[in-house]
Parts: sequence; structure tokens; C-alpha cells
Amino acid sequence: MNGIHDLGGRHGHGPIDIDPEQPVFRSDSERRTFGMFILAFAGGHFNVDQFRSAIEQMKPAEYLESTYYEHWLHALETLCVENGTLTKKELDDRFEALSKGTH
Amino acid sequence: MAADHDHHHHDEYRPSEISLRVKAIESLLVEKKLLDPVAVDKLVDAYENKIGPHNGARVVAKAWSDPEYRKRLLGDGTKAILELGYSGIQGEDMVVVENTPEVHNMVVCTLCSCYPWPTLGLPPNWYKAPPYRSRAVIDPRGVLKEFGVELPKTKEVRVWDSNAELRYLVLPERPAGTEGLSEEELAKLVTRDSMIGVGLPKTPN
Repeated sequence: MNGIHDLGGRHGHGPIDIDPEQPVFRSDSERRTFGMFILAFAGGHFNVDQFRSAIEQMKPAEYLESTYYEHWLHALETLCVENGTLTKKELDDRFEALSKGTH
Repeated sequence: MAADHDHHHHDEYRPSEISLRVKAIESLLVEKKLLDPVAVDKLVDAYENKIGPHNGARVVAKAWSDPEYRKRLLGDGTKAILELGYSGIQGEDMVVVENTPEVHNMVVCTLCSCYPWPTLGLPPNWYKAPPYRSRAVIDPRGVLKEFGVELPKTKEVRVWDSNAELRYLVLPERPAGTEGLSEEELAKLVTRDSMIGVGLPKTPN
């Protein structure tokens, strides 16, 4: 698929943010997303093609505006729903409950 | 974070929303006994503290010191890297490309972030971000300049676009004046960026 993720040769993305002090993970959200994703992947819950396909379903603007591990989070949510592990409603309800502090 | 504060490439962009989404999915998976949170901790610790470019540096230093190993490494990267004990996820099929006086190699993943985890660890943030991914393939010399590397015009630059199956490691040129050094001393000169091809190895003081 020739989508927004296919960045090779595009112009206008600005200078490279070369910061040698950048940590591997910038937040606990990134740590947890990485760990969950790799465990699900290593456990055979989805393969790399399904991962690519999930990323490529992101809206182009959302893809560019969100961070790298947000792409992974998006893929993890999408694939858990697609393979029936979780429902969209479960995710939404839990998100709601956590934001209201009721969970 | 330096240059691009205006871009939304940081967690602080939507901190609460993202962290709540992460908590939501993790708590559900744990409740369904599909996820062990301790396994997440261990994995994060391994990639944050143990697996990193010091592995690749050992491979390079050995190739510099042992011509037979260098031959094996260029012939079958995956197998030769396994000789030092490095293998596994995101390093299943490794190709090692050698810098020479005539050719400089650099590696990118224009689609995403494919990178040789067993030898280099997780990729730096700039490797995963649009500026490097978009420009490495059309303006490699300009990109190298941003990293402080200026190559003679006569030197050919080859850019390798990684993919989900195949990962590249650059074997940098051994710096001059390192003839008497041991493998261990040589490994200290090998930087992460020199194995991606956006930097050169350090030179001995």
C-alpha cells in the first residue's frame, strides 16, 4: 500500500532531531506499550504483516501527528479487537472508567 | 529534545489520553490472564539496560582483528553474528555491508523502523521519525552533513532500505593508528552511529 507511512523521498519533514542523550523510552507509556506489543508478537497473537496492515490503517494526519509508540499502541488495540481478544467497547469503557477515576 | 519542539513527536502532546489508553489495554489483558506484567518489566529492562550497540561493537571489533571472521561476517551475517551469541527477534536475517575507501554505506527504514535489535538494541528516536526516513534516500550526503560527516565527493554512498525480513549492519572502516589495539580496545571505538552509517568510528587518542 502506497500510504503516508511510505516516507522515502518525501520533502518538508524538517531537520533531523539528533540528540545523543535521548533515552530508549521516554515515558512509562512507551515502556508498557513496547513490552505488551513484543509479548503479544512473540506469543504468536499476530504477525508482522498484520502489524503493518494495522499501522497502514491509521489516518494519514494521525500517523504523522502521533509518536512512534502511539503507532504501536494503535496496532495493538486494532489487532486485539480484530482477533477477538478484546472488544472496542471493553477498551472504551475501561478508558472511560480510568479517566473518571472509577477503576 | 532539540530542534523540533513545534512537531508533535512527544508524549507530552496528549499525555493523559495515551497513558490511559495504555493502562486500559494492559489492565484488560492482565485480567484476562493474557499478559504477565512482570514479563513486560523484564523485557523493558532487557532492552533498556542490556541489549545495545555494545553487542554490535564486539562484532565489528572482531571483524577488524580477524580476517577469517570478517569473511564469514560478510558472507553470512546472521551466522557470524550468532558466533558471538547475538540472535533472535529483529535479527533473524542480517546482512553486513562493508565500508571501504571507495564506498560508504548507510542504513534507513523508510517505511517504519526496521533495525537490527540483537546487535544495536532499539533504534534511536531520529531513526524512527519522518525527517531521517524521508530524506536518507534522496539526500544522503545532506543527511550525513547533519550528523557532522562530510565524505569526499569521489566516495560512493550506498543507502540500504531495511525491511521486516532483512536488517543491515554497517562494518565501518578500521581507523588509522589502531594497529596495536586489542579487540576490547577496538570495540570502544565503535559507535552506534558508525554501524548505522551516519557516523564514523572514534579514533584513538
